[in-house]
Amino acid sequence: MASSGGPVAAPTRRFWPFLRLSLHQFRFDLKAFFRNRQSRFFTLALPVLFLVIFSSVFGGLRPVKVPGGTIPAKEYYVPGLIALGIIAASFVNLVISVTVQRETGVLKRRRATPVAAASIIAGRALTAVVTALLITGVLLGIGWAFYRAHVPARTAPALVATVALGAVVFCCLGYALASVIRNEDAAQPITQAVILPLYFISGVFVPASIIPPWLLDVAKIFPVRHLAAALLSAYNPHTTGAGFAGGDLLVLVLWGVGGLVVALLRFSWLPLRR
Amino acid sequence: MAGPDGAVNGEVVIDVSDLHVHYGPLEAVRGVDLRIERGEVFAFLGPNGAGKTTTVETLEGYRRRSAGQVTVLGVDPQHAGSSWRARIGVVLQESEPERDLTVSECLQLYAGYYPAPRSVEETLALVGLADRAGAIAGRLSGGQRRRLEVALALIGDPELLFLDEPTTGFDPSARRAAWDMISGLRSLGVTVFLTTHYMDEAEHLADRVAVIADGRIVAEGTPGTLAGRERAAAEIRFSLPAAMAREDLPVEVEKAVTGRNGDQLVLSAPVPLAVLGPLVRWAEERGADLADLEVRRPSLEDVYLALTAPDATGS
Repeated sequence: MASSGGPVAAPTRRFWPFLRLSLHQFRFDLKAFFRNRQSRFFTLALPVLFLVIFSSVFGGLRPVKVPGGTIPAKEYYVPGLIALGIIAASFVNLVISVTVQRETGVLKRRRATPVAAASIIAGRALTAVVTALLITGVLLGIGWAFYRAHVPARTAPALVATVALGAVVFCCLGYALASVIRNEDAAQPITQAVILPLYFISGVFVPASIIPPWLLDVAKIFPVRHLAAALLSAYNPHTTGAGFAGGDLLVLVLWGVGGLVVALLRFSWLPLRR
Repeated sequence: MAGPDGAVNGEVVIDVSDLHVHYGPLEAVRGVDLRIERGEVFAFLGPNGAGKTTTVETLEGYRRRSAGQVTVLGVDPQHAGSSWRARIGVVLQESEPERDLTVSECLQLYAGYYPAPRSVEETLALVGLADRAGAIAGRLSGGQRRRLEVALALIGDPELLFLDEPTTGFDPSARRAAWDMISGLRSLGVTVFLTTHYMDEAEHLADRVAVIADGRIVAEGTPGTLAGRERAAAEIRFSLPAAMAREDLPVEVEKAVTGRNGDQLVLSAPVPLAVLGPLVRWAEERGADLADLEVRRPSLEDVYLALTAPDATGS
């Protein structure tokens, strides 16, 4: 990424314009997000729909074994589908919107303006974090209202932090995946093909306790499993302590750093198709 | 930044010498020189694949050159920063507005990128979109969308505006409207660098044109004088009156005949009156009417087609 040129100003003098522009970008990205029907459906409606479906279909099963005890199957799906909501908000939505913006010349045109790349990226990432927190709140509320799922109080800071960290990590991964998709029409199917199998083997759609250990070991290579596990830890009423799943969060951070490196190396402002 | 050879009247805004740009082994631009002064509307003509967009994108800072010197607003675009980008406006050849924002939201977003933007209302009025301010950008018609893109390029109050094929795909009335808008920019003192492959567009808008073919500039001048157009031989056409043969024509006229086009004789006349005078007297003496007599200078399009013909550039 090109520097913004000129002599290097004092960091604080660069920070406030950066923050102001990031928030400016965020305001409009959020507006565009809510106006786009596809974004609304895949990010907000789909996790809610899945929560209703899974809780109805599997809710009558035996309570699910979780670290420290068991919780009703209906309740298990709340943190699981929060993982799905985070990934939909940061990863799926970001891959599609960034690919579309790149291939339709939106990024290229923004590149011709004085705005710093960091502000555009930060504004977009902030949109993902805020929508991830929003869908978390919605799922907690629906779980509480309809499935007698609890809302964590003691571990709430860990839950919020895990959601935010998960969203940032999946933003990095989203930028990495977007950088290798060469065509806007391919963005949706490729992203779903990458993420759907991981939902199944990572304890998002089916409780981790009934997934064969070898399959769960495969899932543990990938970040979806660690996000689901970290969210369960921050949600699980049997959790002792603050609810931060250190090991899972560390793996998530490593994936995020890896995604960031790929994104930085391969990021393009110009359409790749031509 | 005028060079030592630069006997220029105004301030040079774009100065390019011996520009070369490669895509891998392909040399898309092969030694282009350009000099554009402040306030000029400059049209860059050439067929698809001639190196137009590559040259423009190098000036806009998108592409790295392989060789040559480029200065735009006194800065090398390859190393230009945000303060330089605040002074230019770019309308890309293929781009879409921000799909899910309204017209005025698009402009508010971009206004925030610039240190001293023009007002949204004023910019909308400039491009004739004031009545569409609340429309979702993704639902605009093609012509309106293009105007929005011009508005996005103007919101930062640029000194220099790049327009890459601004009216491609427009219907004739949308093209006229776009021309009026671009002409209006001249009164704002904006320097305009326009690429097009429509000759009428260049003729209508530009103070000066350059033609690029196969990566090289093959002609440069005003639309009226490009490639010696004003001195080129005129073409005269007419049909011989009934019962008259070519041999009956005065010798000055007969000598100028270069061929036939259907029933018409085609004549080439470096000095048109030297042929037209004897021809008209000859016809009057015989009481004949030359009903389909035509005299035309080569059009800009004729000149352009001759310049960009595959065998004209020698490669």
